[in-house]
Amino acid sequence: MGSKTALYDKHLASNAKIVDFGGWDMPIHYGSQIEEHNAVREAAGMFDVSHMTIVDIAGEGAEDYLRYLLANDVAKLKVVGKALYSGMLNEDGCVIDDLIVYRTADGFRVVVNCATREKDLAWMEKQAANFAVELQERPDLGIVAIQGPKAIEAVKTVLADQAELISQLGVFFGQPAGDWFIARTGYTGEDGLEIMVPNDAVENFWQQLLDAGVRACGLGARDTLRLEAGMNLYGSDMDETVTPLESAMGWTVAWEPESRDFIGRAALTAQKANGVPHKLVGLVLEERGVLRGHQKVVVAEGEEGEITSGTFSPTLGYSIALARVPASVGSNAKVEIRKKLLDVKVVRPPFVRNGERVYK
Amino acid sequence: MSNLPSELRYLSSHEWLRVEDDGTAVVGITDHAQDAMGDLVFVETPEVGSSVSATEEAGVVESVKAASDIYAPVSGEIVAINEALEDAPETVNQDPYGDGWMFRIKMSDPSEVEQTLSADDYKALIEEEA
Repeated sequence: MGSKTALYDKHLASNAKIVDFGGWDMPIHYGSQIEEHNAVREAAGMFDVSHMTIVDIAGEGAEDYLRYLLANDVAKLKVVGKALYSGMLNEDGCVIDDLIVYRTADGFRVVVNCATREKDLAWMEKQAANFAVELQERPDLGIVAIQGPKAIEAVKTVLADQAELISQLGVFFGQPAGDWFIARTGYTGEDGLEIMVPNDAVENFWQQLLDAGVRACGLGARDTLRLEAGMNLYGSDMDETVTPLESAMGWTVAWEPESRDFIGRAALTAQKANGVPHKLVGLVLEERGVLRGHQKVVVAEGEEGEITSGTFSPTLGYSIALARVPASVGSNAKVEIRKKLLDVKVVRPPFVRNGERVYK
Repeated sequence: MSNLPSELRYLSSHEWLRVEDDGTAVVGITDHAQDAMGDLVFVETPEVGSSVSATEEAGVVESVKAASDIYAPVSGEIVAINEALEDAPETVNQDPYGDGWMFRIKMSDPSEVEQTLSADDYKALIEEEA
């Protein structure tokens, strides 16, 4: 048996199908992954993402530490509450993990993936040795992501005392509310909130959201939603063998100011100078069939790449994928599915935003 | 526990077979199989008029999660396919033994039915896999 979040019994009570996810027993769906997906695109759904790892970073060296640890620059976070997405790289410029960092009143709060928890914490502790910082993991908090066009309204009815705070919350901002933390972030391509809740309050909060009409959604729908939104999944779309420049994460590398050194900078600078060999692109298969991870992609001149994540898109009604391909790729390619080469379009993700097709 | 009608025959690869009085056999996938696969998004059946061989691949089902081959339980000619599944593959999730049927085979060797599993045998098999 794996680790269980504080919501495990609530999942069982909603007939969740439980699977192992990075050592955690998590709901993959509660009956129908597609209905859950559609609930988020059309109304409001919620996910238990308490398996993710929260780390608070305090101390006078916290900003300098994160400016060295991360490829993106936390100096961009000019006000308390603002959040930033970044890769955490090794010396080779390859991706140890991706994360969100918020500036808080006492320092910073970082949320990293669950399957990478141990190596992330070891790396963060190791790099902290030269800085005046304290790292504190927060296993006392659960996380509920409420997403969809009606998500914020639903949360406001449940957390009436926080309605004003939520109304003031800009996109990619997070603010504390007592020992809770409310952030306007997500992994679905819809508006919504990610709320960190003390473990002893999270069951009640979940039930109140259910009562307010928010549909419980499993990690299956979370995956199809994030892929439609063109968001990378660590371990599938990038890992310690590739750099952000090969992972459609170039925008998360803060090259300026040049005086800032960060782990992996020298390797990225060299890769940029020599030419980045691969890129991560979107693929669309408009005929029948489903693109899946590890299928072979053939581009012009017979050069090959590979699908890193693929799925049927419930919103579009056909299959989409992210694929790492030679940088020379044009606007068409072929994917090998069961020994047949099928034509696919090469597009720039995202595929879907706010319920609508957005790729060209 | 998944639903296992006792009048059907089964394959270890999770297809079911219903032998009709006219010497044809109707094929689909089991409740256990549809539950394990999750929401189906495509069903690729063999073409009417084509021949299939017992225990060989005859089609493919794709769910949001994975693709899975469908095996023919018996040999023969495909005399009908469930065309409704093209637009509504979710029917297989909703009614795997009824409206979610996939194709009908005119059997060339009805004795092959004896090689398939009874409901009890299939039940024992999926309990072992669980």
